[in-house]
Amino acid sequence: MSNEIEAIKDPGLPAHVHRKADHDPVAARRAERQVAAMFMISALGTVIMIASFFIPDDVFVFVPVMGNQNAHQLGLGLGMAISLFFIGMGAIHWAKTLMPDQEVIAHRHEFRSPDSDRKEFVDTVKEGAAATGLGRRSLIKRTLGAAVGLSAISPLLLFRDLGPLPGDDLKKTSWKKGTYLVTDPGDRRIRASDLEVGAVAQVLPESDDPEHRKLNDIAKDAVLLIRLRPDEFNLDAERLSWTHEGIIAFSKICSHMGCAVALYEQTTKHLLCPCHQSTFDVTRAAKVIFGPAARPLPQLNITVDAEGYLVARDPFYEPVGPSFWGRISS
Amino acid sequence: MTTEHRLGQVANYVDERTGAAAWMKKNLQKVFPDHWSFLLGEVALYSFVILLLSGTYLTFWFDPSAREVIYEGSYEPLEGVQMSAAYASTLHISFEVRGGLLMRQIHHWAALIFMAAIVAHLMRVFFTGAFRKPREANWIIGIGLLTLGIVEGFLGYSLPDDLLSGTGIRIAEAIIQAIPVVGSYLSYFAFGGAFPGEAFIPRIYIVHVLLLPGAFLALITVHLMMVWYQKHTQYPGPGRTEKNVVGYPLMPVYMAKAGGFFFIVFGVTAFIAAVASINPIWLYGPYTPGQISAGSQPDWYMGWLDGLVRMSPPIETYFFGYTVSWNILIPGLIVPGILFTGMALYPFIESWITGDKREHHLLDRPRNAPNRTALGAMSITFMIVALINGGNDLIATHFDLSINQIMWGTRFGIFILPPLAFVITKRLCLSLQRADRELVLHGRETGRLLRLPSGEFVEVHEPISPEKAYLLTSHEQASALELSPEDSRGVKRAGGIRNKLRARMSVAHSESVPKATATDLKEIESH
Repeated sequence: MSNEIEAIKDPGLPAHVHRKADHDPVAARRAERQVAAMFMISALGTVIMIASFFIPDDVFVFVPVMGNQNAHQLGLGLGMAISLFFIGMGAIHWAKTLMPDQEVIAHRHEFRSPDSDRKEFVDTVKEGAAATGLGRRSLIKRTLGAAVGLSAISPLLLFRDLGPLPGDDLKKTSWKKGTYLVTDPGDRRIRASDLEVGAVAQVLPESDDPEHRKLNDIAKDAVLLIRLRPDEFNLDAERLSWTHEGIIAFSKICSHMGCAVALYEQTTKHLLCPCHQSTFDVTRAAKVIFGPAARPLPQLNITVDAEGYLVARDPFYEPVGPSFWGRISS
Repeated sequence: MTTEHRLGQVANYVDERTGAAAWMKKNLQKVFPDHWSFLLGEVALYSFVILLLSGTYLTFWFDPSAREVIYEGSYEPLEGVQMSAAYASTLHISFEVRGGLLMRQIHHWAALIFMAAIVAHLMRVFFTGAFRKPREANWIIGIGLLTLGIVEGFLGYSLPDDLLSGTGIRIAEAIIQAIPVVGSYLSYFAFGGAFPGEAFIPRIYIVHVLLLPGAFLALITVHLMMVWYQKHTQYPGPGRTEKNVVGYPLMPVYMAKAGGFFFIVFGVTAFIAAVASINPIWLYGPYTPGQISAGSQPDWYMGWLDGLVRMSPPIETYFFGYTVSWNILIPGLIVPGILFTGMALYPFIESWITGDKREHHLLDRPRNAPNRTALGAMSITFMIVALINGGNDLIATHFDLSINQIMWGTRFGIFILPPLAFVITKRLCLSLQRADRELVLHGRETGRLLRLPSGEFVEVHEPISPEKAYLLTSHEQASALELSPEDSRGVKRAGGIRNKLRARMSVAHSESVPKATATDLKEIESH
């Protein structure tokens, strides 16, 4: 059927149209000067760059739209940009106006080899495979497979000491029964009266060596203190007993992916994680009310000592931070 | 002595020592087709060179160490602050090394341009069908380069150890930790213990400056050698066939154009780096796990991943006391895994659907492959919806919207919009095919109105040129595969469901508006 329908014919490559510079020496000369001018502009760019290198870095120039700009930085960058850009423009203008612009045709051949070559190729492979006798000698085949497979274990083994095994490290923090809550920064103990209603503070467990806290510890220990009016809580009796005069403490490490949950909205009493917008309701023990987090932020059980300083009554009752396979297994 | 003569002497010198004259002659005359869309891959290649140059420069001052130091440099707001040597040396490059800030900005901008060029190049190759036989292997290498590029970029902006990048690493750590059974072990091996530890920065440094660039170099070399060996594809048009390549010879035109284009890409990157600040790490401060800055955003090529993680519903399941975080696994590993595997396998899927095992060197106009084009539009829509959610906090603050609305909008949008994009794109392609047919058969509308003696108004149509008519009709329109459930002897074929699926997809794939033919034209003329 398709033989009867006649397709529209290929008229072939359109005739070549010569450029002005191809036959007009004046135009060719002009193109040459244009190319040369671009290379000159490039050289000027390099001069700007060299000059800018010696501008002191406290000199500012006003550039419309951008405002005050550091002259040293701007000059270096613009000089470099001009010097590179115009080398490229010159070369392309040269190619487009002065180099031959007649399209040429090259031929393409199918990659498939002639059938005789292909047959010989297949035969060679077959002969080679037959010569090894792998098809017949299954004992060799199996032991070779086992040996190669097993040898893959050695690189895995060699990487074993990249790090220690986690053990129950992920489940523990520095918070213990009686650990003082201290300000971060400042490392001062806190009284309930230091915190006004509506205030938020970041705290850490008191340390013997506050100057040299490890990031590994902060990554698990960071805690947020928030003070509400006690009647604003919507907690069960146990969780309410974990607060002190309206002060409630949560792990600051997001239960989703471990970012610091740092945004507190005073009017709604919501904590928001800036990474993935998980939103936690402070009045309901950081219950997740929006976003991808699946669990509330762990609450820290706090009270005060005899002098009125805030202390942890217990360690965290569950691991802080993001989930992992063995998080709640013993 | 003229330049030509001296160059001739060089050629002579080379040939007498290598015998390469025949090979060189052939390759210097190699023909490359010209089209603006072929420059996208070049932009990616040149940005890679810029990345190597600027990156090597940065290594002369950067100290990839998590060692604690007290800052004593010239940036006063951070005077006396405790920070890692990595962060301090990045500040040193930015403030004391003359040209250091420029090079940092060139490096970062070049990385963004690199990824953008790879994605644009990938889309060009996809929508024109350049991945078809014999170029499937090069497509897979391209997907490999894209994947490595995302990882390399992430490691790169993690190195300065500022507050923003440390937060990114924390998220990566949470993804590793979420892997069932072995997650916390893998995380402890990667970080040399608990997060953040001191091992990670030096480790990702060597991956970033040696391991991955080496892999890039190897893959890019193979990628280019295959383009060279298989010869470049070309767009259809008069005089262009499956058996030829029409274009300009390497020497001198292509050398001048491609070489010049490298300087243009470098120049433009330097210009952007000179006027547009990027990653001002001194404003973020050093990393500490207890702090964060609002509006935390990854680089754009990670944004879709972050967007998927953000929109995920809060699902976590527990069985036998073990935790599986679907809210991390699905958006962070499973969906990207399916997307990238599907993308890599697409050439094979398409040839399975069409049953087409021939070589293709002429590109498709996207409208002439409506199903493929629609699939591409669908994927892009998916990515854009995810990307929008990745920036939901910024969109909310800039446009005064509620973050919850954007999140819910994208949660539904990610399911509704991509199929919608598919249907709309496919219809658009078919309409464009119809318009092509009209154009060939009835010519161009000139806008000139003619009043006939009878009083009727008609618009004058002008026939289009034979070249244009050929361009609009040179594509082939394959019919759907005929896959009867029984073979010629009436025996039921194995894999009935697979065959049925293949037949249905083949029908969808071959849907088209019949192109105009010379026979049609003659018929119209005879009226």
